Amino acid sequence: MRLLRLRGRIPGCLSASSQGRTLPASLAACPRIFAPRRSFTVARTSCAAHSPVLTADRYPHLKRDTRYKALTDEDIAFFKSVIKSDAGVITADRPDELEPFNEDWMRRFRGQSKVVLRPKTAAEVAALLKYCNEHRLAVVPQGGNTGLVGGSVPVHDEIVLSLQNMNEIRSFDEVSGILTCDAGCVLEVLDNWLAERGYMMPLDLGAKGSCQIGGNVATNAGGLRLLRYGSLHGTVLSMEVVLPDGRIVELGQPLRKDNTGYDLKQLFIGSEGTLGIITAVSILTPRRPKAVNVAMLGVSTFEGVQEVFKHAKGELNEILSAFEFFDHTCLNLVKHHIPNVREPFTTQTPFYVLIETNGSNKDHDDEKLAVFLENLMTEGVVEDGALAQDSTQAAGMWSIRETITESLAKEGGNYKYDLSVPVPHLYSVVEEMQERLASVGLFDKNGSATGRVKHVVGFGHMGDGNLHLNLTSTGWAKDIDEAIEPFLYEIIQKHGGSISAEHGLGLMKAPYLQYSKSEAFIELMRSMKSVFDPNGILNPYKYFPPLSK
Amino acid sequence: MSLNRVLVPVKRVVDYAVKIRVAGGKVDTNVKHSMNPFDEIAIEEAVRLKEKKLAKEVIALTVGPSKSNETLRTALAMGADRGVHIEVPEGSEVLPLQVAKLIKAVAEKEKPELLLLGKQAIDDDSSQTGQMLAGLLGWPQATFASKVEVAGDKLTVTREVDGGLETIASKLPAVVTTDLRLNEPRYATLPNIMKAKKKKVEKLTPKDLGVDVTPTIETVKVIEPPKRAGGIKVESVDELLSKLKNEARVL
Repeated sequence: MRLLRLRGRIPGCLSASSQGRTLPASLAACPRIFAPRRSFTVARTSCAAHSPVLTADRYPHLKRDTRYKALTDEDIAFFKSVIKSDAGVITADRPDELEPFNEDWMRRFRGQSKVVLRPKTAAEVAALLKYCNEHRLAVVPQGGNTGLVGGSVPVHDEIVLSLQNMNEIRSFDEVSGILTCDAGCVLEVLDNWLAERGYMMPLDLGAKGSCQIGGNVATNAGGLRLLRYGSLHGTVLSMEVVLPDGRIVELGQPLRKDNTGYDLKQLFIGSEGTLGIITAVSILTPRRPKAVNVAMLGVSTFEGVQEVFKHAKGELNEILSAFEFFDHTCLNLVKHHIPNVREPFTTQTPFYVLIETNGSNKDHDDEKLAVFLENLMTEGVVEDGALAQDSTQAAGMWSIRETITESLAKEGGNYKYDLSVPVPHLYSVVEEMQERLASVGLFDKNGSATGRVKHVVGFGHMGDGNLHLNLTSTGWAKDIDEAIEPFLYEIIQKHGGSISAEHGLGLMKAPYLQYSKSEAFIELMRSMKSVFDPNGILNPYKYFPPLSK
Repeated sequence: MSLNRVLVPVKRVVDYAVKIRVAGGKVDTNVKHSMNPFDEIAIEEAVRLKEKKLAKEVIALTVGPSKSNETLRTALAMGADRGVHIEVPEGSEVLPLQVAKLIKAVAEKEKPELLLLGKQAIDDDSSQTGQMLAGLLGWPQATFASKVEVAGDKLTVTREVDGGLETIASKLPAVVTTDLRLNEPRYATLPNIMKAKKKKVEKLTPKDLGVDVTPTIETVKVIEPPKRAGGIKVESVDELLSKLKNEARVL
C-alpha cells in the first residue's frame, strides 16, 4: 500500500511562519526582554585555518577499506545523469560548498569526501544507491549534520548523500494527526507548519532549527519531550526506505494499529544510516497544547531533585511534559557565554530543575501547578523557584537549559557523553568522574577551574534517566582521553546502564558497544546488517565495534 | 520622605508571542493571554520604588472580564500589595477614554501620588490611556519613560523621543507611562506567588464608580494584512543572478 501522496506540493512548508505580530518599532528593536525561543542552527564556515584534523589522521587505525572503489569521472557523470541539476552534485572543484558536508557540528571530525549528492526524489536516491552498491562505492547518508558522535560525516572518501533537497510535506490527516513527509524536512519547519493546524511534532531538541526528520528517525532522537510523547519507536508509524539494491520499500503503513508482519521499521529507527536510506516518514503528531507552563526550581541536593520528580509525577501527572535538570556550573557557564541571560531567581543552589506542563485547559493546569509548587515550598523540597508569567519568560527559562550545549562548546576542549543509568545514580556518575580526574591531577574539585580539565558538569533529561556528562578542557589530549575512557564506560557498565542514551554510536561510541550489549546481541546486529547491506557500503567504519580484538 | 501610594493599571492581552489570527471578522482570542509587557515594566518600576523605600504601597488595577483576575495575580506575585478588579462582561470592549475615566474614579478614591501605566497595550497599540487620564485629572504627564526618579514630591523623567532622550521635571501627583528600556521585569518567584494568594483584591463594577463604559468608537472592519507571496528557492547562484537581472530587474 503506497503512502498517500497529494498532487503537487503543499505550499508554505519551507517558509517558517513568522512568530508574533507587527510590534511598534521600539519593541521590535529591543529584543532583550522578548527574545524568541533559541534553537541553534548550524553555522557553516569553511575556513581552512580553523578546520579540525582529518578523522583519518586522528584515528589512523581506521584504515580506508580497500573493498571500496575510489571515485572516478565516470561515476560523477552517472550521478549528474540522475540528478539533472548542477547544484545537486557538488564536486571537489567547489571546495567552499563541499567542505561543510565533510565536517560535523562539533568541528571534531573531518572527512575527505570528493562529492556530495543532493537528490530530490526517492527514485533518484534509489538510482544513486543502486549504482554505488554495484560499484562498491561507500556512502554516508546525511541529514542536518547535527549529530554528536561523528556519524553523519565521512571518515575517508565516502560519498555524502544529503537528503536536504527532499523537503516536501506529502500529506497530513487533520483528524488522526498523521503527518507524512520527506526525510529532509527540518524539524522546526515541520513543527511550525503543524502549529498552524493546531498540532506539534512529538519531539523537540536543541538542534531543531537544522536537524531533519529523517536523521532524527535514523538516530532515534530523544530530546526534551520524550517524557510526555514517548520515543520515535512509538510515534513513527511507517517509513519509506531505499535499500542498497535499489529497491524502494515501504516499511509499515501510516496506520495507528497494524499487526501484519515483522515490524521492520523498528530496525531502521536508530540504525544510523547503516541499513538503508530513509526517504520519507509517517509520524503520529499530538495536538498542540492550549496551556503551557514553565517553572524553574532551585534544589540543594540530587536527592531533592528526585523528590521534586516524584512530586511532579504525582501532582502534575498527565500534564507533565518535560523535566530537565542541570547543575550550578552549567548555569554559570550559560551566564558567562550567552548574552542577555536572566536568572529567574537569585538564590544559588547546586541543582536546578526546569519543568514544563502541556494541557488542553489552562485553569485545570494552573490549579495543579499551584498545588504542586505550594507543596514543594511548604515541604522545603526546593529552596526557591519561579513560574513564567508569559511566553517570553517561558522561552527565557528554556533558553537557559538549551544554551548549555553552546556554552560548553564555547569553553573549548568539550568532551560530551550521553548516558543512561538508574535515576538514583545519575549524578554520582558526575561525582565519580570528578573524583577520578582529580586523582590524576587533571581536575580541581574545589571548583577553581584551574586544572587542564576545567569543568565536569551534568545536565539532562532527568525524567528519562538520561545524563549529559560534559567536560571542558584546555584542549583535547590523549592523557585526558585516557583518563576518561574506558573508566566512564566501566562505571556505566557497573550500573547496568547505556553508554549512549540518545546520541547514538556513530564513530565515537561504536568501539565501546560491548560495555552495554552482549556479544550475542552484537552478532545478531551483524547478521541484520548483512541482510540489508551485504556489500557494507552504507556508513562504514561506524556503529559496529571493530571485528578484530 | 516616601510616596504613600503608587497606582498601576494593568491589562490582560493576547500573549506577545502568539500569532494573531482573524476569524469571522474578529481577532481570535481563544489563545494564550498574559499581562501587557509595558504594564509588567510599570509594575516592576513601582515595586522597585517600594524596595527603595520611596513608596509605601503599590496597588494594581485592571479593567476586564473575570479572567483578568490572573493578571492581577501576576502583579501581586511581582510585589504589588493589593489589587482592584473592575469587572466587565466577557467579550465587551472598553476603550481608552472609558478606561481612563475608570482609573480616574479609582484614583480619586485611593489618592495615589503617582500613576504608572504602560505606554500602550500590544493589542490595540492606542497609546492614549495615560495621556487622556492625565488630561482628565489635570495632572502633569511624562510619557515613554526610560528613567524615573522620585525625590519627595519632585519627579524627574527621561523620555524616549524621536530625536533621542528628553529629561523633564514635574511635581507630583503625575502620570507616567513606561517605555521598553525603563527596566527588565522580574520573574514571579515561588515565595512571592505564595504570598500573593493572601493579598486582597477588591471587586468593583463600572456602575459602582459611576462611569459609562459604552464604546464611543465603533470598529467597522478587522482584517488580516495581505498574505506574503511565497518566496522561491533557486538552484544555484547563476539562477539567482539571472532572476535578479531579468525578473526582479535590480541588477
